[in-house]
Amino acid sequence: MIETKNLVKAFKNGSVETRVLKGVDFKAENGNFIAIMGRSGAGKSTFLYQMSLLDEPTSGEIIIDNRNTYTLSAEEKTIFRLNMFGYVFQDYALLPELTALENVALPLLMQDGNKNRAYKKAEEALIRVGLSTRFNNLPSQLSGGEQQRVSIARAVAHNPKILFADEPTANLDNESAQIVMGIFIELHKQGQTIIMVTHEEEYAKMAEKIVRLDDGKIISIESN
Amino acid sequence: MFSSLKLNIRIGFFLAIRQIRRASLWTTGLIIFVMVLTFLNLVVVSGILVGLIQGSVDAARTQYTSDVILSSLNDKKYIENSQNIVALIKTLPEVSKISARYQEGALFEANYKTRKATDKPNTASAQIVGISPGDENAVTGLAGSIAEGSYLEPGDYDKVVLGQYLLKQYVPVDSPGFSALDNVVIGTKIRMTVGEVTRELTVKGILKSKVDEVTRSAYMVDSQLRSIIGRNDGNVDQIAIQLKEGVDPIKVREALVRSGVDQHAKVQTYADAQPQFLKDIITTFSMLGNVFSSVGLVVSSITIFIVIFINAITRKKFIGILKGIGINGKVIEISYMFQSIFYAVCGSLIGLVLLYGILQPFIAAHPIDFPFSDGILVAPLGGTLFRISLLIISTLIAGYIPARMIVRRNTLDSILGRN
Repeated sequence: MIETKNLVKAFKNGSVETRVLKGVDFKAENGNFIAIMGRSGAGKSTFLYQMSLLDEPTSGEIIIDNRNTYTLSAEEKTIFRLNMFGYVFQDYALLPELTALENVALPLLMQDGNKNRAYKKAEEALIRVGLSTRFNNLPSQLSGGEQQRVSIARAVAHNPKILFADEPTANLDNESAQIVMGIFIELHKQGQTIIMVTHEEEYAKMAEKIVRLDDGKIISIESN
Repeated sequence: MFSSLKLNIRIGFFLAIRQIRRASLWTTGLIIFVMVLTFLNLVVVSGILVGLIQGSVDAARTQYTSDVILSSLNDKKYIENSQNIVALIKTLPEVSKISARYQEGALFEANYKTRKATDKPNTASAQIVGISPGDENAVTGLAGSIAEGSYLEPGDYDKVVLGQYLLKQYVPVDSPGFSALDNVVIGTKIRMTVGEVTRELTVKGILKSKVDEVTRSAYMVDSQLRSIIGRNDGNVDQIAIQLKEGVDPIKVREALVRSGVDQHAKVQTYADAQPQFLKDIITTFSMLGNVFSSVGLVVSSITIFIVIFINAITRKKFIGILKGIGINGKVIEISYMFQSIFYAVCGSLIGLVLLYGILQPFIAAHPIDFPFSDGILVAPLGGTLFRISLLIISTLIAGYIPARMIVRRNTLDSILGRN
């Protein structure tokens, strides 16, 4: 379960303060697949970054599995992110000098320390996303869709509590985007909690719920 | 905690290896090249500075003092009881060969046959050294220093071998306080005055060396000098002792002192016999070498700092991603430290090969020609390894600081490329 209470995020530029999130209250239960939608500048990505502990909110609370993350140190947050979360970024965010297998295995290595186990799990994750023949390819040798699938494999290989996806289909062609969304639906069926930011209605409708944000506030929550 | 450190190191190493392996070959090559130059700067500059003087010390040892030298006490004209001392030295198992020398101040004159009453005599003052040609050559290889003419033989009579600086054609400077013999070549007759005795001698050979004591002396067969100076008691002025391979000269000096030889002679190792100015120069040059090395070390550290900083800055996004997916910041710092070590170790290894495989043997075979020495490259392995460790430590720090600076930045800012 993840919950935010009166979440505020403001950016300061000199003496000018811009509030991007203006007190967001939100709750997602385990196993939910939630799409966050909104127009450009609505604050959807900022909201995702706060929830996923990649950024510090200005005020408010983020409670994950009944634990208030406010008290966590930077190092604890890193460990929290490693063990609890998986991330899929718009631009894949793969390390260019690592092969697909190494990219997926890296967080597993950090978690477990056992190379054989990490590589085995990484292979399984890549097979799950349909990349069984691409283990040893560098990101530069993969198509955009394949890179995003490697990114998904990396995000889910360690069975995270929550998978955060920031515009995962934005850089993909329709066919690749469909494949990626198919993987998300499959993961959701297996009980994976997914929180995805998207601006594409078509893909948002594949989620269980759509949370709409505007001007830093949730304006609606729809069930599909 | 230890296991987490071990894990951080392992993953840091994993990342570093992959980054190095997939980095541009040119960039890696260039960084390593800079490290090679730094290594050479660290070792070779000071090595040559010290080597210039070491060449002089080595030459004095091999051509003049040998390993241990006995000379007359300051208040004595010669080494008393010389024959017994020589006998004692010969009983020492560490001793390989000895050469006993007679030494006396002499005045040499060249134009005594042709000069008019108003002409200034062409003279040069020098030490005349009486030697047993065989013994001396065995100990100091004096025959090898003959540049013109030939070396003395035991039966030579009224023959002299002159050091080059007694002859005008070899003296590099025309100093008003320094006189040398003019128009003297092999076969020329010169006149030597020792005390009240004057002898006409034929120049048999000319010695060329970078040891002052050799180049400013004249040599003749010991039996003849003995008769000239009227020394019939067998007491000599110097005894040069060559030791067997690997024997510590200090050990022999101590043995001689324990036997009471120091009552009759000054007992010195080759190092003791070095003039103080030479020791001072060695200290000064070592210091200068260290200063140059330190500058080199700072330059290399700055180079590595810049390289790692640029690398980390351009990879800021990936560093952010690593942190974002839960990779500990220490892992990232360690990976950059491994990369720095890689550059320093590669540079040092190539430098070692260049140093011991090419430079040192080459300079040993073709010493640097200095007026006072044949300069060699002094680079003892212990000192070189110490400098390598300094290089590695400095590059380690230089790699760590920029990595730490980038790692400490906000994770999201790094991922999104915000400043």
